[in-house]
Amino acid sequence: MRLITPLLLAALATASLSACAKYNGEDRGKPVMPAQSNAKWAAECAGCHMAYPPGLLPAASWEKVMSSLDKHFGTDASLSAADTKEITDYLVKYASNRWTASAAPLRITDGQWFKAKHYDKNEIAPAVWKRESVKSPGNCMACHSGADKGNFDENSIKIPQ
Amino acid sequence: MNIQFRAPHLLACLAIALPLAASANAILDGYQAETKGTFSAAAGEKLYNTVGPKQLSCSSCHTSSPKNVGKHAKTNKAIDPMAPSVNPKRFSDSAQVEKWFKRNCNDALGRVCTTQEKGDFVSYMLSVK
Repeated sequence: MRLITPLLLAALATASLSACAKYNGEDRGKPVMPAQSNAKWAAECAGCHMAYPPGLLPAASWEKVMSSLDKHFGTDASLSAADTKEITDYLVKYASNRWTASAAPLRITDGQWFKAKHYDKNEIAPAVWKRESVKSPGNCMACHSGADKGNFDENSIKIPQ
Repeated sequence: MNIQFRAPHLLACLAIALPLAASANAILDGYQAETKGTFSAAAGEKLYNTVGPKQLSCSSCHTSSPKNVGKHAKTNKAIDPMAPSVNPKRFSDSAQVEKWFKRNCNDALGRVCTTQEKGDFVSYMLSVK
């Protein structure tokens, strides 16, 4: 008993900690956008969509995304080997520092924190996501006009018609 | 015979030579050196409108005229015009041009483009005034 009690306590503590981990350990980083920028990341990602802040996904996700650019969500977004490496290094270095889960989704919108923030309270009607001005949940800028600068502040949200 | 170069003559020569220099394109010259053939703007225009296996063509995003601002089919992002006559930055950087041919030939046509096709395409772009 003398041995078992501390073990049991430790096990209980671990279990309760992981159960309480925010968003099951799938949390975006703080800050989502590092102070340090990267010109290649900014130019190449923003060639087709907003350059997503590195802190929105864990390092393992960025590695997967960047190693399959020739099949990037149905589009060929391939880059030179040198550019791929530079951008991967930047994303991995500043990836989410609060992500503890082993899950590494390809889509930012598949992370638990994203789902909790956008779907859990039914604040946003499903039809809103389908508006031409929104088009997809990946279009952060439709509602968060400062998203490209890492500003997702609740008070600056404007849902377009 | 004594030929004198006077300012009006020089200006006249420049006026003739400058438009010629402006229509030359280093990237097109590179394709020319590779194929040794001739390029056709008409063939380039046909390629621009060719619909591939994914029901996509260049015009799906770049609109029916390369002079227009386009729109990314998936993300809605605005795409700057492709015709150098309205957007002089186009077809000036070889790495950019090759990057986009690689991506977009694959997306629109489901294959790589040949040097002949790239030459035809650039010829078409340069011909759009």
